[in-house]
Amino acid sequence: MGVIMKVTYFPGCTLKNKARDLDEYGRKSAEVLGITLEEPKAWQCCGGVFTTANDEIATKLSSVRLLRSAKDADQPLVTVCSACHNVVKQTNHAMKNDIVFRDRVNRYMAEETPYNGETTVYHYLELLRDVVGFSNVAMAVKKPLAGKKIGAYYGCLLLRPGKVLGMDDPENPRIIEDLIVALGGEPVIYARRNECCGGYVSAESPALAEKNSGKVIDNAAAAGAEMLVTACPLCKYNLEKYSSKLPIVYFTEILAEALGIKEEVNE
Amino acid sequence: MNNTELKKEILRISGVNVKKCMKCGKCSASCPAYDEMEFHPHQFASMIDNGEIEPLLRSDSLYRCLSCFACMERCPRGVEPAKLIEAVRLTAIRKQGANRMTADDVPQMLDDNTPGQLLVSAFRKYTK
Ligand code: SF4
Ligand code: SF4
Repeated sequence: MGVIMKVTYFPGCTLKNKARDLDEYGRKSAEVLGITLEEPKAWQCCGGVFTTANDEIATKLSSVRLLRSAKDADQPLVTVCSACHNVVKQTNHAMKNDIVFRDRVNRYMAEETPYNGETTVYHYLELLRDVVGFSNVAMAVKKPLAGKKIGAYYGCLLLRPGKVLGMDDPENPRIIEDLIVALGGEPVIYARRNECCGGYVSAESPALAEKNSGKVIDNAAAAGAEMLVTACPLCKYNLEKYSSKLPIVYFTEILAEALGIKEEVNE
Repeated sequence: MNNTELKKEILRISGVNVKKCMKCGKCSASCPAYDEMEFHPHQFASMIDNGEIEPLLRSDSLYRCLSCFACMERCPRGVEPAKLIEAVRLTAIRKQGANRMTADDVPQMLDDNTPGQLLVSAFRKYTK
């Protein structure tokens, strides 16, 4: 495939160390699919979680700077981590729709031109669905997943708040299932695929994370899943820490595998 | 701040209209942290409306909420209880010496696989 689009790509803090797989498989796959990912020279961590309070300004500035750099490059902004996507998209939504917040931010940043939420933000999955197209992804598959039974784990951050993220139906999503089908796998639908794993609360209350993660995995295994895929390093960490019942991999890994480039990435 | 002022502050920074709550309990039924919470999302709505803020400010429930937005998504009245919990949590930790988590807590949270994301997220929620 030729290059169909150049995008600004924000990996985020964790993809530079513990979640290198999520990043590297994603980069290589994008190349194959005709998407050029351009990483901004200087970026800052998004903060991991969005603060909903409307008087919080400082915690959202790193996202605003990032959004602005994509606007300056005249490119959409793409993130692959669920958490980055959530924070950056919610911040962009606030910059577009909350006039008081936007004015405060713009006054504080004192740039020549204000930023008013102009950048389009895509999660990598949306890029595959809406720009590349799952049918084109399917055509690029070299090593189909051969009917492997895969459960999509959305968790909380990828889809909610549904109205702000606008990615998929937050209660009955299909974007990852559609990708699994495109890659030749068999998606397994289970009830807890969009329930939280325990998130950051595992830092101070591991018991809560253990219970939540255990419920997710038990539910997926009972529904027949042989593995789970996720877009979130914290989900992967919690699920792996508290249960060894199923392998947990990033969705970019099964993508790279089906595109036949997994070994290349690991060389 | 007295309870009336606290209520005003929480409603202001959350942007939530607690009067819309019809006390159906769907938020709490959806909450994956329900068992670990002393006060549940629907109680945040009603207690804030009643000006009972002090017990909420002191409660560990503030640090059990996962910010998973399930209650926000599923509330049939658009009340968005997670925003109330966030506003109360911020009101609690926006105070000298009131940080829930400090750098000294980090070593015991770490194992070989701990993602940076866990630490930055926990600090954002628990520390000012
Ligand atoms: S955001 Fe907090 S209160 Fe709401 S459902 Fe999730 S854990 Fe429960
Ligand atoms: S779901 Fe909404 S309306 Fe029902 S109790 Fe919770 S906040 Fe109130």
